[in-house]
Amino acid sequence: MSSVYALLFILATLVLVLGLARKIVQYAKTPAPLKIPTTPAPVTRSGVVMRLFREVVLFESLFKSTKWTWIFSWMFHMGLFLVLARHVRYFIDPVWLPIELIQPFGKYAAFAMIAGLAGLLIRRIFVDRVRYISAPSDYLWLLLLLVIGMSGAMMTFVIHTDVVAVKQFFTGFWTLSGGNLPMDPILLVHLTLVAVLMLLLPFSKLLHIPGVFFSPTRNQVDNPREKRHLVEWARKLEDS
Amino acid sequence: MAGAEFKTPELSEFIEVPKLVEGTMEHITCFVAKPDHQEALGFPGEKVENWKEVAIDKMGDLLSRYRSFQVFMDACVKCGSCTDKCHYFLGTQDPKNMPVGRQDLLRKVYRRYFTFAGKYFPKLVGAEDLTEEIIDDWYSYFHQCSQCRRCSVFCPYGIDTAEISMAAREILDSIGVGQKYCNEIIGKVHKIGNNLGLPGPAIENTLEGLEEDVYDETEVAVKYPLDVKGADILLVTPSADFFAEPHVDGLIGYGKVFHEAGVSWTLSTTASEAGNFGMFIGSYENMRRVSLRIRQAALELGVKRIVFGECGHAWRIAYSFLNTLAGPFDFLDPDYPVPQHICEFTLNEIEKGTLELDKSENDEMSITFHDSCNVARASRMGDKPGGQFEIPRKVIKAVVNNYHDMEWDTIHERTYCCGGGGGILTDDLMEVRVKGAKPRMSAFKNVMEEKGVTHLAAICAICKSQFTKVFPYYGMDMFQIVSVHQLVSNAIVMNRKTPPEEAPGYGEDDDEE
Repeated sequence: MSSVYALLFILATLVLVLGLARKIVQYAKTPAPLKIPTTPAPVTRSGVVMRLFREVVLFESLFKSTKWTWIFSWMFHMGLFLVLARHVRYFIDPVWLPIELIQPFGKYAAFAMIAGLAGLLIRRIFVDRVRYISAPSDYLWLLLLLVIGMSGAMMTFVIHTDVVAVKQFFTGFWTLSGGNLPMDPILLVHLTLVAVLMLLLPFSKLLHIPGVFFSPTRNQVDNPREKRHLVEWARKLEDS
Repeated sequence: MAGAEFKTPELSEFIEVPKLVEGTMEHITCFVAKPDHQEALGFPGEKVENWKEVAIDKMGDLLSRYRSFQVFMDACVKCGSCTDKCHYFLGTQDPKNMPVGRQDLLRKVYRRYFTFAGKYFPKLVGAEDLTEEIIDDWYSYFHQCSQCRRCSVFCPYGIDTAEISMAAREILDSIGVGQKYCNEIIGKVHKIGNNLGLPGPAIENTLEGLEEDVYDETEVAVKYPLDVKGADILLVTPSADFFAEPHVDGLIGYGKVFHEAGVSWTLSTTASEAGNFGMFIGSYENMRRVSLRIRQAALELGVKRIVFGECGHAWRIAYSFLNTLAGPFDFLDPDYPVPQHICEFTLNEIEKGTLELDKSENDEMSITFHDSCNVARASRMGDKPGGQFEIPRKVIKAVVNNYHDMEWDTIHERTYCCGGGGGILTDDLMEVRVKGAKPRMSAFKNVMEEKGVTHLAAICAICKSQFTKVFPYYGMDMFQIVSVHQLVSNAIVMNRKTPPEEAPGYGEDDDEE
């Protein structure tokens, strides 16, 4: 059974990494022929870096828009970030100091993550505008993440699993030393759904993760009068 | 269709988010372009036999040429942030007028033909085959978007529905289903040089008339020169400025400012249009062709600078795209930005002290300023971000005593579109225009009631035409919309007097004397 999971995670990692790389290459290669930053926009490169930082870390545009969605999604994403950072300890030995330090925060961040997801789900069901734009997959993503979060929190706070064995199993990936996964149902549910998430991410709306960095309305410098912006296919029009 | 009856929305004190009512605007359809309008722009004259293949191929082509389109199709998480931001949704309650609702009309087809999930699990991700009904929906709802970009301000990924509606219109054009209003106008620019199809002699005539009017009023011979070689400044202004009200009062104002500033300037018959409807239909090629007329005119006339008159989408193209489409402008004076906005020019003169202004001339009015959508969210003026908000207001405040802004969440980057931009300013879309104006009308009405504001000043030809038409539907007077340079024109004291022999009509006929 452990080898089935080992294969599943090797496959999931490959799909995730290659799938994301394929989309990132596609976004990077697709030209942006016109300057279309949503203004007021930064007039320098460093200004753009700050704008993207505020967008990615603080969800600036969402904050401007609707406070409820902002609170729920920020709780979910920041919770998830801490939880993921905490999980790094299952993959490396010795554990880096920063990862050691965030352990207590990462533990309770699970609740922020679950509460945020629940808020987003309730909103999706009860706000008529959001319900109208939701496809089945939009609900399923929230449910998937909720079950992942809740099963994880269960193992931290209610029914512990043998984390030492889990760590041996995953560190065994790089050291090729192998290891056996504890056959706890909650752990298996947790890991199966995580693998599903990794497998589907590059084919889904979760592409907003790389997408936000490539969004021309957010990542362009507002300097069209000072600097001529011309992409290859547009240059060809000039030659003809 | 055109002229159908509809109810003007009632204005409320606050801009409320309405309940959804499906299909309220499904019946909207604007006139389809005729074969000769289509062909003049390089599109098929009529709907092609294999429209489905052509449309999907075109979508693929655009996905590979526009990063915005590719990323925006993928990145939406359906968070709902944009759902209550579009003025057309707020005025019509139609969910397909929510930005994401509009985008999804295209996105569901994108998913079906271009994504793994949509190909194999269409129901799960809301992917749909391209059908005749979807084409009809595209034609209807992508002509209910003014490309104002308000949604893009609030999207956590910066998804801009304007980009998506441009792509949709380009796909529609590629299968031979273009919009008459836009495509006929672009044809006129290619052929004659301006949106209204005014030939050179008509413009000349109009300008002579203006010179006489201004002389009668001020006894100063302000010139409105046309095709003057060797002038310093080429002024490119929307053709509506040549005769429509209140646009023409703005043009009069530009002339007075240039006169008092003591600069030489000219208009051009071949570049007698600042507007560029090529953007509305998403066609880079057409937009470029229209822009090249301006480069050509600047070269032929040997000017040193290019200044744009009051026009919203035009200023977006001028500021953001002109250098790309028709640059480089290394033959112009490098001391000035290319192009410059007339408000930048005027404010500069005000700050230099070249203009004497008498604010009391505007005392019978109390002014508020409407930030035109494309100036606000797709361009800049001056050196600093946000100059597009400050500079026009500084110009206004220099020429009026009574000024009040509208509510903070209806101005600056959050401004509401007038309801007529982006290829909507046609009588066959009057219902869309009136309903879409609702949020702006509410904000204006509030500032009228609370602060005693009487007039709305704007720097966009489309806004001015739209408000002139739409104000009466909301019980306001069409003359409540004014040009910013009309206010300048009222206040400016003409100090550079004219020797009598330079007066217009001098020595031609002296009957009146």
